[in-house]
Amino acid sequence: MTTLDVLAARLRAELGADRIVNDRQELRTYECDGLAHYKVVPGLVVLPRDAAECARTVRACVAAGVPYVARGSGTGLSGGALPHAEGVLIVTSRMRAIVEVAPDDERAVVEPGVINLHVTRAATPHGYYYAPDPSSQQICSIGGNVAENSGGAHCLKYGFTTNHVTGAEVVTPDGELIELGGRAPDPPGYDLLGAFVGSEGTLGIATRVTVRLTRLPESVRTLLAAFATTDQAGAATSAIIAAGVVPAAVEMMDALAIEAAEAAVACGYPPGAGAVLIVELDGPAAEVDAQFDQVTALCEANGAFELRIAADAAQRALFWKGRKSAFAAVGRISPDYIVQDGVIPRTALPEVLHRIGEVAREHGVRVANVFHAGDGNLHPLVLFDDAVPGEAGRAEEVSGAIIDLCIEYGGSITGEHGVGMDKAKYMPRMFTDDDLETMHLLRCAFDPDGLANPGKVFPTPRLCGEVPRRHRAGEPAAAELF
Amino acid sequence: MWTTAGAQDTVAGVPARFVAAPASTEEAAAVLAAAARDDLAVVVRGGGTKLDWGVPPRRLDLIVDTRRLTGVVEHAAGDLITVVRAGTPLAALDLPGQQLALDSPLPGATVGGTVAVNTSGPRRMLYGTARDLLIGVTVVRPDGRVAHSGGKVVKNVAGYDLGKLFTGAYGTLGLVTECAFRLHPVPPVAAIVRRTAPADRIGALLAAVRAEQAVPSAVELDAPAEGEVTLAVLVEGTAAGVRDRAARLEKVLGGPATDEFPPWWGRYPWDSVGMKLTVPLSRVPDLLGLGAAVRGSAGTGVLYADVPVASAPAVVERLRAAAVRAGGHAVVLTAPPAVREVVDMWGPVAGLALMRRVKDRFDPEHRFAPGRFVGGI
Repeated sequence: MTTLDVLAARLRAELGADRIVNDRQELRTYECDGLAHYKVVPGLVVLPRDAAECARTVRACVAAGVPYVARGSGTGLSGGALPHAEGVLIVTSRMRAIVEVAPDDERAVVEPGVINLHVTRAATPHGYYYAPDPSSQQICSIGGNVAENSGGAHCLKYGFTTNHVTGAEVVTPDGELIELGGRAPDPPGYDLLGAFVGSEGTLGIATRVTVRLTRLPESVRTLLAAFATTDQAGAATSAIIAAGVVPAAVEMMDALAIEAAEAAVACGYPPGAGAVLIVELDGPAAEVDAQFDQVTALCEANGAFELRIAADAAQRALFWKGRKSAFAAVGRISPDYIVQDGVIPRTALPEVLHRIGEVAREHGVRVANVFHAGDGNLHPLVLFDDAVPGEAGRAEEVSGAIIDLCIEYGGSITGEHGVGMDKAKYMPRMFTDDDLETMHLLRCAFDPDGLANPGKVFPTPRLCGEVPRRHRAGEPAAAELF
Repeated sequence: MWTTAGAQDTVAGVPARFVAAPASTEEAAAVLAAAARDDLAVVVRGGGTKLDWGVPPRRLDLIVDTRRLTGVVEHAAGDLITVVRAGTPLAALDLPGQQLALDSPLPGATVGGTVAVNTSGPRRMLYGTARDLLIGVTVVRPDGRVAHSGGKVVKNVAGYDLGKLFTGAYGTLGLVTECAFRLHPVPPVAAIVRRTAPADRIGALLAAVRAEQAVPSAVELDAPAEGEVTLAVLVEGTAAGVRDRAARLEKVLGGPATDEFPPWWGRYPWDSVGMKLTVPLSRVPDLLGLGAAVRGSAGTGVLYADVPVASAPAVVERLRAAAVRAGGHAVVLTAPPAVREVVDMWGPVAGLALMRRVKDRFDPEHRFAPGRFVGGI
């Protein structure tokens, strides 16, 4: 029997057979996450029902020296939940309870498998919602959001997952259940929760998450502005920010992205637009109205040839439909595509877009651009046809060149999709060896054996080693301290 | 590299032997590498406004003073970010039309000290605290090596967010030399709506303010040890917006709107023994009438207490019991030596074993602010 067979037998005995998947065909359904061109069939899949089962699974893995990977809905776009062939995939899809909605405390407590949008649905009757809204919010899980520090269109104003999670029960990489934070703010000690959120499953597995609920805005107003060029749309965005307005969202799509969205969902954006901006303001009605007039005027002053103002929620949904479906929509105009995720300082937008255009032309591939213009988070979609020899390689090169541009302009290799498997190789371009080694100190504190999601985030495996401690007289032993 | 310490170079009563004041990250790295070689215990000092906080260091050789580590490295107004050296006083930041939305409850506090202790004030309700606004950090580790995490863009998930780890770490993991922050525009107009009411009305008034969709920047509470409690709600925005929102809050609170901040706004309430109490929002009223004046952000569940010295141990325990029962925390931030000897400064800390492991990795020789932090870290 292999180590995995022994582990499977142990977990079957401890948790029950229905928690374990080790049929080859069934295992295949877990071979990738949202980044489907990396595929690894997991050695074993475990579907725990609760935190205790999750902790037992991790303890069994540690005892056997087997690596493990956590997976929520599997929508991640950086291969963060890519399984390990000789490891265990711990899937949280059976941990889907909304434990509590506490509007008086502006908090909800949920299990990690709960779908992002379901938190908002549970909170809305109380006048609240959960602010982080990744485009995949109808299917992505809160546990995955915590692992990736997910953003979304509205994080320009409201921040990211890390700003909306106040507590988590976590299975540490040695299989212990601990509480980080909770319902009250500012727990004493190191902000381990802050370090944990966005650690991509390398520091443990969240089994229960306390999130901040946000009061629903009194008013939401949404504007769709069509421009001849992305330069104009970029200038309008800059003007809005310069005027001291912080919209809830500023989203941009270029001509090719619009074409794809039209083909897929018939969103009816203004014909002939070289770029559209969706600008959304929310808040108290009097505030929104005052700023909305300002935003409209700034779009016009920067060359918008058509402005549409959503008359109601249905029209707003239509504006957003084109944007939120953009990734999938690209499938209508290209057989294959790569979704890139990079960040630049927002003011560099026009320049970087031109350089992306140049790179694309040089390589003979097309790039559709969709982005969170307000915070400079680019999502270029590099289009190619895998059936054409060499095209996939050229698309990869363009995708990599875009990341180099982001670094050159002082940005980041990822704004919200995470490093995962896909971008670990780019980390040394953004960080020095000392930077990475320092991050690794944190990893070693949590996971000295390196079993939690190995091979993700960091490009080269490093060993932790023992902590070199000099004995010092006069230092009390841990047990003596409160 | 360092000079002999003077009589004023003490930390919570513990005298240092040397003082260094590096003017750059490189100089700081050289100082800390030398300190590592010589096995010196180090405490970082910024404006010195919170040196009496926490527990006195178990040992102290070298104070690293950040007073020469100052200035704005970059202010990219169009990108709403700034990069600032750690020794820069918060009050000295000049960012035309924009602000680093961090309140400074203690005048003279530096950027680095604010990050190291994660102090906050009224406007944390809208803008968050240092941990939310910090987007990138440069640190010098106890072994003298320089490391960065984050960057200069607001949206960035590449690598671990070490900024969060260093925020509120009381200088026990290394020296922060540079911080990149997200900025906000300065709102053109502000108004404060006030109401003074008996303590038993406060819960209902706070709930009414929460229910109103007025998006306050701050909801502050000021409660003397006995007697009526004052609430003050800050709204910021456009002239038309603020007028409307303030009028609605006047109705909800039954008190007047003015453009004048109360004198106690954003100031800690204590004379000698100061506590920080945090609770879930609905439990804020639990902290009233327990024998201490309290003040702070009722809108986020973060209050500060002025504990009478004479009854300190009993009142500390009473406040702590109330906070813990509500699911919160109670930390004694500062107290005279006599009180420190008889109270637990930090109270219960969850995750302490893991925190020790973090400390052991970053500062294996326990030379940085030894003993100042939770659990003797």
